[in-house]
Amino acid sequence: MRPSAFAFVGLVRLLVGAYARWVGCQPQDIQRLYFANHTSHIDTLALWSALPLALRGRTRPVAARDYWGSGLRRYLATRVLRAVLIDRTRGEPTTDPLEPLIAALRQGDSLILFPEGTRGREAVPGPFRSGLYRLAQQFPTVELIPVYLENLNRAMPKGAFIPIPITCTVRFGAPLAVGAAESREDFLARARAAVIALTDAAA
Amino acid sequence: MDARHKALWLFGGVIVLLVVASIAGAVLSARAGSERGRATVANLVARVNAWWVMVAFLAIAFALGSTAMLVMFAFASFFALREFVTLTPTRRGDYVPLLLSFYVLVPLQYVLIGYGQYGTYAIFIPVYAFLLLPAAASLAGDTADFLTRSAKIQWGVMITVYCISYAPALLLLEVPGYRGADALLVFYLVFVVQFSDVMQYVFGKLFGRTRLAPQVSPSKTVEGLVGGGLTATAAGGALWWITPFTWQQSLAMSFVIVVMGVLGGLTLSAVKRSLGAKDWGVMIEGHGGMLDRFDSITFAAPVFFHATRYFFT
Repeated sequence: MRPSAFAFVGLVRLLVGAYARWVGCQPQDIQRLYFANHTSHIDTLALWSALPLALRGRTRPVAARDYWGSGLRRYLATRVLRAVLIDRTRGEPTTDPLEPLIAALRQGDSLILFPEGTRGREAVPGPFRSGLYRLAQQFPTVELIPVYLENLNRAMPKGAFIPIPITCTVRFGAPLAVGAAESREDFLARARAAVIALTDAAA
Repeated sequence: MDARHKALWLFGGVIVLLVVASIAGAVLSARAGSERGRATVANLVARVNAWWVMVAFLAIAFALGSTAMLVMFAFASFFALREFVTLTPTRRGDYVPLLLSFYVLVPLQYVLIGYGQYGTYAIFIPVYAFLLLPAAASLAGDTADFLTRSAKIQWGVMITVYCISYAPALLLLEVPGYRGADALLVFYLVFVVQFSDVMQYVFGKLFGRTRLAPQVSPSKTVEGLVGGGLTATAAGGALWWITPFTWQQSLAMSFVIVVMGVLGGLTLSAVKRSLGAKDWGVMIEGHGGMLDRFDSITFAAPVFFHATRYFFT
């Protein structure tokens, strides 16, 4: 790992702890798609920092190009996190915004995804968008891991620029799979419920 | 014997104690039969291992000098405050006061101590921060639970920043005839407080029958308190040769440190439980959080500092 990545992980740990709790699965080196609630700008860094060093190398966060695409954030996203940048605003109707994610999964990378698409105001996540379902269908062998990020909305409330040091935990739940006859709505609701279920998992 | 030699002897002694503790842990691990016994021994081993790390940190700070000591305690304050704030329900309106507490008050308090500004660092937080933190919160315009929220932040800052900072402030006490050895006074304080905690735990596990305050601190027993407290007082008395005190004075000082340490442990345990937690955090394996280890120091440090300052300078 690059020295800059070590520095960032150190800083994240210093400020928000980012303690991992493996509630429903173990940190294993298998291809996974982590999906989590999204409440602050440091969610991505916190989840990534909570992973063991060995897993961080092959786990890439999915980040919005309009936020992470310039300046220091761009450096962080592309050089440190090796993020997969996606367009939230679809430019040309012919391109699939999920294309970069599909390419990364084909390569064997693990991904970190925030299926709400945007940061919510509440600790409990809002409705999930359909990308998660499509990826799950297309890559049935990739483990889908629900993740709950606790306290990060307190550390960095919407509109804040400097995080307040508050201990945050990152809870990893049990893997999920799309049922044979399961509809998109049902699966997305179940995935969201799996994240919410981790809110009161005994830490 | 100069201060450096004394420090070497002291750390040598602590290492011997830790080796004995580690061996005892290994022997007990091999013997533990019941499920509960195994859990207790595993926790004991984790505690001892954490002690090795903490002693290593302290030894490095000693070797590097007073600036390193101040930086180390500043980090201890930072992490302790982080734990306190984590357990305290704060709102969006507390953002600015919290920002000030972490990024201004913590460094500034230790810088003031580093420059020996006694008149300033002794009143900076109790007066100026006390007034300015709620003022900053009032600007956010959120009046819900305003007094409660302000008081909790003020409490957190007083305990984790102000009170803890008195431990390295001992470095700047100018005790006549004791120049250049002030770091030993920090060692003395930390050793007596922590040895008291450890001995209370040991006596409590071996002889504990009567619980002292079951609601506040279920593991504290009268037997542990008396046995551990007296042992630590005696050990502190026996360390008179590293202090500016006679052995009788050292005994009295240790007694004050032990009593304040116990009160600090009980009070912060009550605070912790009122916030709905069993441990302050998870930073230190086997012990809980930073504040679980520093709770006794927060009460003992200011009183020991002022007792020494009043009677010996």
